[in-house]
Amino acid sequence: MALKRIKFTFPTQLIQEPIIYQLGRKYKLVTNIRRADVREDMGWVILELDGDQKEIDQGLEWVATKGVRVDPVSGDIIEG
Amino acid sequence: MAYVSALRCRSCGRDYKVEPINVCEFCFGPLEVVYDYEAIARNISRERIAQGPLSMWRYQDLLPVDAADAVDIGAGFTPLIKSVNLAKALGLSNLYIKNDAVNPSYSFKDRVVSVAATKAREFGFDTIACASTGNLACSVAAHAARGGMKSYVFIPANLERGKVVGAAIYDPTLVAVEGSYDEVNRLCSELADSYHWAFVNINIRPYYAEGSKTLAYEVAEQLGWRAPDHAIVPLASGSMFTKIWKGFNEMADLGLISKKATSMHATQAAGCSPIIEAYEAGTLHVRPVRPNTIAKSLAIGNPADGLFALKTIQDSDGSGTSVPEEDIVDGIKLLAETEGVFTETAGGVAVAGLKRLVELERIGPDEVTVLYITGNGLKTQEAVEEVVNPLMVNPTIESFEAELQKRTNSTNAR
Repeated sequence: MALKRIKFTFPTQLIQEPIIYQLGRKYKLVTNIRRADVREDMGWVILELDGDQKEIDQGLEWVATKGVRVDPVSGDIIEG
Repeated sequence: MAYVSALRCRSCGRDYKVEPINVCEFCFGPLEVVYDYEAIARNISRERIAQGPLSMWRYQDLLPVDAADAVDIGAGFTPLIKSVNLAKALGLSNLYIKNDAVNPSYSFKDRVVSVAATKAREFGFDTIACASTGNLACSVAAHAARGGMKSYVFIPANLERGKVVGAAIYDPTLVAVEGSYDEVNRLCSELADSYHWAFVNINIRPYYAEGSKTLAYEVAEQLGWRAPDHAIVPLASGSMFTKIWKGFNEMADLGLISKKATSMHATQAAGCSPIIEAYEAGTLHVRPVRPNTIAKSLAIGNPADGLFALKTIQDSDGSGTSVPEEDIVDGIKLLAETEGVFTETAGGVAVAGLKRLVELERIGPDEVTVLYITGNGLKTQEAVEEVVNPLMVNPTIESFEAELQKRTNSTNAR
């Protein structure tokens, strides 16, 4: 089992979709939201995923293909 | 000795012990160093600072490490130049250039990495690491060499040769990652969780970031113990911008300068301007972008300190502007041709941003304004190769004079 801290940024067209619920169901992940700011035009959610490493990787790939931006919680690591 | 009392979450305010951590366990917010300012106030003075070394370590009381054992390659105390020609070109009378391009590894990163490497050694790490597209890589490798530490430097496989050499010469373990920008990011995030290394901008980030405060201390001291009216800063993660503001405020709170506030102005390249886009939309909500700019050292699409940079603009009554990509090279050339300072693309963004802010009348002609130049032009020579256009002559005076005449004629015709 593994833990992953991650940030999702949702575009306007996905604000109303229950992406996090679906992620948990589809990939058998426990999703634990720690901080979020969701508005009508966009939103971000910082959460922890708990589950099988392979399922986490596949789940994050699925979230990205849905159009959600997936980032490390601390922002971009690579610097100039 | 260091006057650090704790780490504190910038989002929820929870305190943590002084350890190599950067994220709040409760809300995953970023952690920041907390100082015992009362103790600092009892010791610090202009005289004590003035007696210190001619480097960033003269401000050791305000840094989160034990300076007696600093990993020091001589970063800081870089020139503050009173601008004559650029100022005249822009219609300003009190413009200063903070030339941080002349640090030992040729960028301001030496300030932050010097603190990070020192703290890493204090914590008992024997290895420091980073992921970088240039300046940070050079600085981490150089400080590891000086500090007798091992270093791992991760770079994108397609990085320009000049930048790779600038890091490789210090003999780090250089890792060229085949993959996109996002993939390099993800790999390093996973490595940081898996290896017992001091990743300077991950688990050491709260300490690392503090090094940028010295950019404020120095400017205030070099201006005769006063803060400027305006500071113009190029932004990537936004960290340096917030720390310069913090530095001016600390000096005022400690009585080292008067309470006068500096307006902080943020500049980004149009090809990667998530912070400026949020500023212009009037929101604190930074929408991540995919970078597409020639200013590679500013190409951070998901800036860690974007929110805090926006708050700094608000709190300091500052502003922000993005500059078109085509203006970046013009900015580099303008600074070189007017002041003899060769900066990299980030500096071109700062110069072009300053020009724009003057046009928008956000900066008054007589106000004391400091332009922060944070990296050296020798690192991004490919951006300005068009300037190389020598007179081609035979080894005779006649040939020289004939070619010079041709050049003069063509210049006059333009």
